[in-house]
Amino acid sequence: MVDMSTTLAGTVLPNPVMTASGCAANGKELNRFFPVTDLGAFVTKTVMLDPRSGRPTPRMAETSSGMLNSIGLQGPGIDAFVEHDLAWLAERGARVLVSVAGNTAEEFGEVVQRLVASPAFSCVVGVEANISCPNVANRGLVFACDPVSSEQVVRIVRTRVPEGVPVVAKLTPDVTDIVAVAEAAVRAGADGLTMINTLLGIVIDTDLLRPQLAGVTGGLSGPAVRPVAVRAVWQVVAAMREGRLPTAPVIGVGGVRTGRDALELVAAGAAAVQVGTATFNDPSAPRRVLAELEAEVARHGVDRFADLVGIAHDRMVRP
Amino acid sequence: MSAGVVQTPGEVVANRRVGAYHHLTVTAPGLAELAHPGQFAAFAVGGETSATLLRRCFSIHRVRPTGTYGGTLDVVVAAHGPGTQWLTGLRTHDAVDVVGPLGRPFPLPADPVPCVLVGGGYGSAPLFWLAEALRERGCPVEIVLGAASEDRLFGVVEARRSADRVHVTTDDGSAGTRGRVTAVLGEVLERTGAAVAYACGPMAMLRAVTEVASAHGAVAQVAVEESMACGVGVCMTCVMPVTGNDGVTRMVRSCVEGPVFRGDRVRWDAFADGICRVPDDAVGAPRAGGH
Ligand SMILES: Cc1cc2nc3c(=O)[nH]c(=O)nc-3n(C[C@H](O)[C@H](O)[C@H](O)COP(=O)(O)OP(=O)(O)OC[C@H]3O[C@@H](n4cnc5c(N)ncnc54)[C@H](O)[C@@H]3O)c2cc1C
Ligand SMILES: Cc1cc2nc3c(=O)[nH]c(=O)nc-3n(C[C@H](O)[C@H](O)[C@H](O)COP(=O)(O)O)c2cc1C
Ligand code: FES
Repeated sequence: MVDMSTTLAGTVLPNPVMTASGCAANGKELNRFFPVTDLGAFVTKTVMLDPRSGRPTPRMAETSSGMLNSIGLQGPGIDAFVEHDLAWLAERGARVLVSVAGNTAEEFGEVVQRLVASPAFSCVVGVEANISCPNVANRGLVFACDPVSSEQVVRIVRTRVPEGVPVVAKLTPDVTDIVAVAEAAVRAGADGLTMINTLLGIVIDTDLLRPQLAGVTGGLSGPAVRPVAVRAVWQVVAAMREGRLPTAPVIGVGGVRTGRDALELVAAGAAAVQVGTATFNDPSAPRRVLAELEAEVARHGVDRFADLVGIAHDRMVRP
Repeated sequence: MSAGVVQTPGEVVANRRVGAYHHLTVTAPGLAELAHPGQFAAFAVGGETSATLLRRCFSIHRVRPTGTYGGTLDVVVAAHGPGTQWLTGLRTHDAVDVVGPLGRPFPLPADPVPCVLVGGGYGSAPLFWLAEALRERGCPVEIVLGAASEDRLFGVVEARRSADRVHVTTDDGSAGTRGRVTAVLGEVLERTGAAVAYACGPMAMLRAVTEVASAHGAVAQVAVEESMACGVGVCMTCVMPVTGNDGVTRMVRSCVEGPVFRGDRVRWDAFADGICRVPDDAVGAPRAGGH
């Protein structure tokens, strides 16, 4: 038997596989295909303060080994979320990583405050600050594109989440220097980092000769982005190993479809892995990836999953 | 949301060409027992390592709980883009992963009231099964089938078996009455005194059926076709504005709250130029100055 447990800033999870925010709704739908409690953690759809309708449709365009989406953070708002969705997950006994966002840094704080005050908060094993969303107070520039805004959000979220419950910052790869943003987040108190959110893209409808998405731009995800995710995890973990920023656990996400894909992120340094777009192809994907990853760990002859985290940095042949 | 759903590695039992369409029968043990008319199934395309990740959704045409192949599922597929071309190219014994039944079925009336069923193109696929369920309840059933041309009509013979009367329209007049389904629908609703008009087909047709039904005092129940990435309720790509019992419009997922909606609850005013906007009065609609 392989020990699949992993530790995220003091929180021990029975295994490292999670859903990805926005790719699993809030649990009920996937629970028809496998028990969501099987996962190391269930990551909820990013929730904001007020209900949001999201963007017009079409909201998606299929691409080679991936897709573009422009959902626009549609959701019920934090109050309805804790009352219905979080309560349901808590009742099932799921371990929940709650993804939060705000139009301003202060709004992130307000969302977290209401989350923490909810009776269902006991099932929360961490808060994922989705800072890859636009900052209304800064001309709509994505928080995670700017180290200063990233720092502001993380600081507010960290002060409002009780000690012992980790706060992880979710970063966008659409930046020149992801290590600089990672550093700002960790120095502001982030206990961990999730990488990566989607990459901005456009698809043109070649019959209508106009953008296919009503919102014009969308986020690219799926196996097509996996090398970008592996690179982002690699660069940030390498910087941590070199002492350029404080060490913090990394959750890898981007293009994971199989256990082998998950292992790439793990070997690059991810202590946990999220499965997103692959779930649209196979609603059982997160559970299947867990089983496949377990087999991969066994195939490499180690007893503990944790022994493989970041191993590629040690095995790299330095030219 | 209907709870029962199965994911199964199906096997193609038959793939027959029917006019402009392909009629596919695949094994799907356990699915038939759970399915009701109006629900759909989501097919993975291109095999396990396919670069085409998103599921393709099809109305369930028929199900058989038992038989030579165990439980089977029938769908009618129009070859359109790469996914449907892959499906229509499948041969007997090929594997195809199926998830279903999905979505909410057509609601059946409690009393044996007259019903009219309207199908546009392959949109007729789920209607014959529905007609049989309605007739079992004592509802008189008439079917209107419309398409651009004769080869795009689906199931005229089957319709005659499952309904009391069948009306056919084609845009080019190659079969039946020349024109759209609405050219005959008013008369059929009037004469039958139908309480419900069930419809499945292109969005423009569903909207027109809703208008005609409302004008004749019938309730329209329409099965919509929105672009879907997952079909199971987890991605939020398939939303459309629908007004609830409380009079409030929300962007709802057509894969779980639909695909069947009351026609008069759909905010048709939001659809134009191939885009569906968020109505200003919808819950959580963007406010001035951003979201
Ligand atoms: C509830 C429902 C029932 C349907 N029933 C039938 C049926 O019985 N017979 C039939 O032939 N077709 C049906 N369709 C439409 C069918 O799903 C699309 O034609 C098909 O997905 C197109 O795939 P493609 O690879 O050929 O095209 P592409 O354009 O390459 O598809 C790209 C992506 O867009 C989505 N997409 C494209 N067109 C549509 C569309 N019209 N509706 C939904 N998603 C779309 C696809 O799922 C895919 O994710 C139904 C759709 C829905 C939502
Ligand atoms: C339809 C869709 C919706 C998403 N919604 C969110 C979201 O609400 N919050 C978030 O942090 N990330 C969201 N993401 C990004 C994913 O969580 C993930 O970071 C990204 O898709 C890369 O992983 P993948 O390739 O496994 O999908 C969304 C992705 C998709 C495809
Ligand atoms: S298709 Fe994914 S939520 Fe409806």
